[in-house]
Amino acid sequence: MKTKRGLKLLALLAVISLVLAACGGGEGGDTTTTAGVDEPTTTAMVDEPTTTVGEEEPTEPSELGTVEVAEGEPIKIATLQVISGPNASLGTDQVRAVEIAVADRGEILGHPIEIAFQEDDLCDAEGGQTGATRIIADPQVVGVVGTSCSGAGVPASNVVTSAGRVLISGSNTSPVLTSDLAGNVGPEYHPGYFRTAHNDAIQGAAAATFVFEELGLSNVATINDGDPYTQGLTSSFESAFADLGGTIVISTAVTADQTDMRPVLTEVAAAGAELVFFPIFQPAGDFIAEQAAEVAGLEETILMGADGLLSDTFVALPQAEGMYFSGPSTPETPEYADFLAKYEAAYGEPPIAPFNGHAYDATNMLFDAIETSSTDDGGTLVIDLQGVRDALHSMTYEGLTGTLACDEFGDCAAPSINILQNTADTADVAAVFANVLTTYTSEDLGF
Amino acid sequence: MAQAATVDVRPTRRASRITPVNIFLWGLRIAVLVVILYGSYLSISSGRLSASQWRDLIVFGVSTGSVYSLIALGYTMVYGVLRFINFAHGEVFMIGAMTAFFVANGLATTSLWVANPAVSLLIVMVSAMVASTSVAVIVERIAYRPLRGSPRLIPLITSIGASFTLQYLMRGLVGPGNKAFPRMEPLRGSWEIAGFVILRSQVVVIVAALTMMLGLYMFVERTRTGKSMRAVSEDPETAALMGIDVDKTIVKVFAIGGAMAGVAGALWGLVFPSLNFFSGFLPGIKAFTSAVLGGIGNIVGAMLGGVSLGVFESVGPSLVLAGYGIPAFSQLKDVVAYAALVMVLIFRPTGILGERLAQERG
Repeated sequence: MKTKRGLKLLALLAVISLVLAACGGGEGGDTTTTAGVDEPTTTAMVDEPTTTVGEEEPTEPSELGTVEVAEGEPIKIATLQVISGPNASLGTDQVRAVEIAVADRGEILGHPIEIAFQEDDLCDAEGGQTGATRIIADPQVVGVVGTSCSGAGVPASNVVTSAGRVLISGSNTSPVLTSDLAGNVGPEYHPGYFRTAHNDAIQGAAAATFVFEELGLSNVATINDGDPYTQGLTSSFESAFADLGGTIVISTAVTADQTDMRPVLTEVAAAGAELVFFPIFQPAGDFIAEQAAEVAGLEETILMGADGLLSDTFVALPQAEGMYFSGPSTPETPEYADFLAKYEAAYGEPPIAPFNGHAYDATNMLFDAIETSSTDDGGTLVIDLQGVRDALHSMTYEGLTGTLACDEFGDCAAPSINILQNTADTADVAAVFANVLTTYTSEDLGF
Repeated sequence: MAQAATVDVRPTRRASRITPVNIFLWGLRIAVLVVILYGSYLSISSGRLSASQWRDLIVFGVSTGSVYSLIALGYTMVYGVLRFINFAHGEVFMIGAMTAFFVANGLATTSLWVANPAVSLLIVMVSAMVASTSVAVIVERIAYRPLRGSPRLIPLITSIGASFTLQYLMRGLVGPGNKAFPRMEPLRGSWEIAGFVILRSQVVVIVAALTMMLGLYMFVERTRTGKSMRAVSEDPETAALMGIDVDKTIVKVFAIGGAMAGVAGALWGLVFPSLNFFSGFLPGIKAFTSAVLGGIGNIVGAMLGGVSLGVFESVGPSLVLAGYGIPAFSQLKDVVAYAALVMVLIFRPTGILGERLAQERG
């Protein structure tokens, strides 16, 4: 009897909770659809309090709508960078650059600038999706500086641009987010996405050219981890290397959370690779570097990584000694020296990752675009969102990382790629950045 | 009457063996075997890997697998006495590995680390054991004992909660970053044993794991405490009537499982010297798989299951998947591990050594 009554009670509870969950789900679903779909015609301004204060309509209503900033109110931007986990230095570095850019600019047309959100992209798709959704829920945010990782950029680009706002990344490099630089649009490109970092079509070609021409090797293995960044980079490396006349003896993959790399490295050894190109992240990269030294047949094989592995903890590994890396070149202009001085004064250390200059440029381009696409409507600043996009596309910006001009798919960089080597004398990542073997510009590589 | 009934039952049972479901299952088994064997044939005949490379793959598998075995013992022993899966066990392992990291890091700054690596290794393992044992016992006291006698699903869900609590507790304590284990110079390089070149760290892992498992087996089979554990696992009520303190015995089971997980954590740190607060999840799931593979509730089964899973994972992708020319097959290592579980269960639904146990209990 007792258990029966208990069961009935449980069943009742279950039914009630289901009904409640259904109701809750319905409500939640409704709000997300209004926020998420955000049809271009209904502006992001609908439930914005300042609309009641302002005049009826902005002078030139565009498809994406406008953001209105009342007098004395700040212009809101957001960052979406990886600020936790093993790749936190990549994102933290850029958040700092954005903060410096905001402090440098001070105000736009009399309005202060506020970093309204500092979301974490977690360096994966889930983080990019969640962070972007949280940011666009605030209709006042004009643009987002992010993401750090291309894997997070894929969903974030979709979410942010379909809400009418712009996403400008300082470190996304995957070709899928823009184009392959040969005129073919990337599968994940959305209008409203921009980046100041190089496209990996260039980095892959630079790394392949270095391996084939400078190291004189023609049998190479690549390992990716399934992330859009690593897949994009290995595949552009492979096609460039094959074009040069080299052979990819094995193109394989691991998972990002894999620890035992010895089986896959045994396959690499069996394939007869002279060099392994594994542009992945930590900690999988650590395991590959460490275990490669232990696998029979790989003792003499050269290891090569890319910018994702350029961190203090990775270059400190004894097995990473002698490794080559490809990565963006660091500017050597007086402007960048000024920026470095500000960075060190504010954060007490030199930059911890390679993309701070790119993020600084990205932020300033966003500010310039906001400035040129805004109109003053009786003290209220009206920012035309389509105008922001158009301004970014037509802008030629003299930044820390060179002269930036965005192509039709959002690639703005004037890239040059450095090939670096980690030697016994390079104690930390800053020293590795200084140890440049070769630099390739996009003209060198025929882009 | 009774006799007539049994006589009647037998033929019908035999007749019921040839049902469409059984035919389908046999077909499936044969198909699976053919797929595996043909893939292996293609892969071996291609001569892609040399004999020594195949042997290396097996050794890698055995060393990872013996760590799985050590963790799996905790799952299987707790299942044996309480009939629920303690999902927090992966975290007990992670805490052992973390403790090993901090102790090793401390020792690495002293001269003992270089002067006497064996003693330092022992200190690292013992402290990992102590930490894991304490955590396992505390979790039992707080999360499971109050639920004794409740339906089995309840401690199972509690264990998932305990797992998250421990994970994020560790995240709070040590931060989310990766911890790099200090190196032990004498463990670098390899030894040649009977013509086999084996990495030193792997020799240490395999030997340590086998010693622990042998010790545990002797303990359970030969001592009074071991006997009481077996009695409680057989039938807790009767065991209590025979004067066995069931609660105390259960605590001991958790303590032993925790100690094994602690050793496993320290060994894991030696082979894969990078860990974070989330490192216990995947090995935990793999160890659970090993326990099921070997026949859950069976101690020797857990050992066999762990080693087999390690070998499947390490050899499987290169042997079967590569034979069919599947690209990036190494990425499918986990798929192979779980597929191996499914396949073993198709052939032996109770796991490798599960039959005896199932019959006894049935």
